[in-house]
Amino acid sequence: MRAWTDDLVERVIGTLLRWGVILAASVVLAGGAAYLVLYGSSIPDYRIFRGQPPDLRMAAGIAKEALSLHPTGLIQFGLLMLIATPVARVAFSVVAFALQRDRTYTVVTLIVFAVLMYSLGRVAP
Amino acid sequence: MNSLEFSLLVWLGSLAAGFLGALTGLGGGVVIVPLLALWFGVDIRYAIGASLVSVIATSSGAAAAYVKEGYSNLRIGMFLEIATTIGALAGAFLAARVSPSAIAVIFGVVLFYSAYLSNRSRPERPEPARPGSWGTLLRMDSSYPTAEGIASYRVHNVPGGFGLMFVAGTLSGLLGIGSGAVKVLAMDQVMHIPFKVSTTTSNFMIGVTAAASAGVYLGRGYIDPVLSMPVMLGVLAGSMLGAKVLTRARSRILRIVFSLVILALGAELVFNGLTGRM
Repeated sequence: MRAWTDDLVERVIGTLLRWGVILAASVVLAGGAAYLVLYGSSIPDYRIFRGQPPDLRMAAGIAKEALSLHPTGLIQFGLLMLIATPVARVAFSVVAFALQRDRTYTVVTLIVFAVLMYSLGRVAP
Repeated sequence: MNSLEFSLLVWLGSLAAGFLGALTGLGGGVVIVPLLALWFGVDIRYAIGASLVSVIATSSGAAAAYVKEGYSNLRIGMFLEIATTIGALAGAFLAARVSPSAIAVIFGVVLFYSAYLSNRSRPERPEPARPGSWGTLLRMDSSYPTAEGIASYRVHNVPGGFGLMFVAGTLSGLLGIGSGAVKVLAMDQVMHIPFKVSTTTSNFMIGVTAAASAGVYLGRGYIDPVLSMPVMLGVLAGSMLGAKVLTRARSRILRIVFSLVILALGAELVFNGLTGRM
């Protein structure tokens, strides 16, 4: 087994991030194309802030909408994947630092991960 | 204007913003909010949500390319992300308590400052750091490739950089921008990290910082899928295109022109905010 050098860790992270973005962008594109085909002639109005309905705010609702192939649900699911990409990066770094037996940075990375989890907890009631 | 035309126009605007942002190093996110709020009549809260998402996409999309060059420093980035993510959470919570007009004024001021930061010449640094400092304790000192071979560097003033990173995170969470300019300021000027290492590590940190506030924004219903779709896809495509061109040419004139655009947008935001039009 190759050692988890900083260099290797960074390269794996780079690849992870790129594929996360490609995947997320593809889902957003598919949902967006479906939306514009179905509702392209509707009149958009973003002047007044109303906020999104609960189904497009919470992870469970977004997953449900995406699985039933609602265009807005698909886009939102892609965006959720995009937000999860850097979180996955941090999670991977926790494991990598632990494998390097680098206690200081395992703790540092765990703190960052905890802050991100707290934030994502806002979409998972 | 129907949804199809609106999406195409927003996509084109975001493409241009991402392209110029990558080319000038100012980032695309910084003009997305004014673009949407001033030209497309979008409520600033929706604009911030869409911008935040595009910032994550740009940062993650570019990371792979930067990592290959061997400039970014994972340890420095991870340690400072403690400050930026907590700052980003604070900013996101603040955003719900501050009126849209006040956000517009703050945004305008940040735009002025970003344009100033990116156009001034960087002062020379003083003596190298003493051994036994925080940077050495946290094993942040490292090396990077230069034209003359591998050069090593020492990290100064970690507490000062950490404090400024908290500010960068708060601005990112409050305004939906990457605040790369402030992050680079903290690393390059306060911590005396080489410029190339600062910019690439900053880019790496932007995505994690933005993700910390994006969860709060999504949960609060600020992220509109139909608006975010063309913004994210446009900025992502534009910035990747810009990064390709960047390796061939970096135009000073372009940077000045883009800075003038940013100044004009900043002035308009401050004016609209103060006259209560936001």
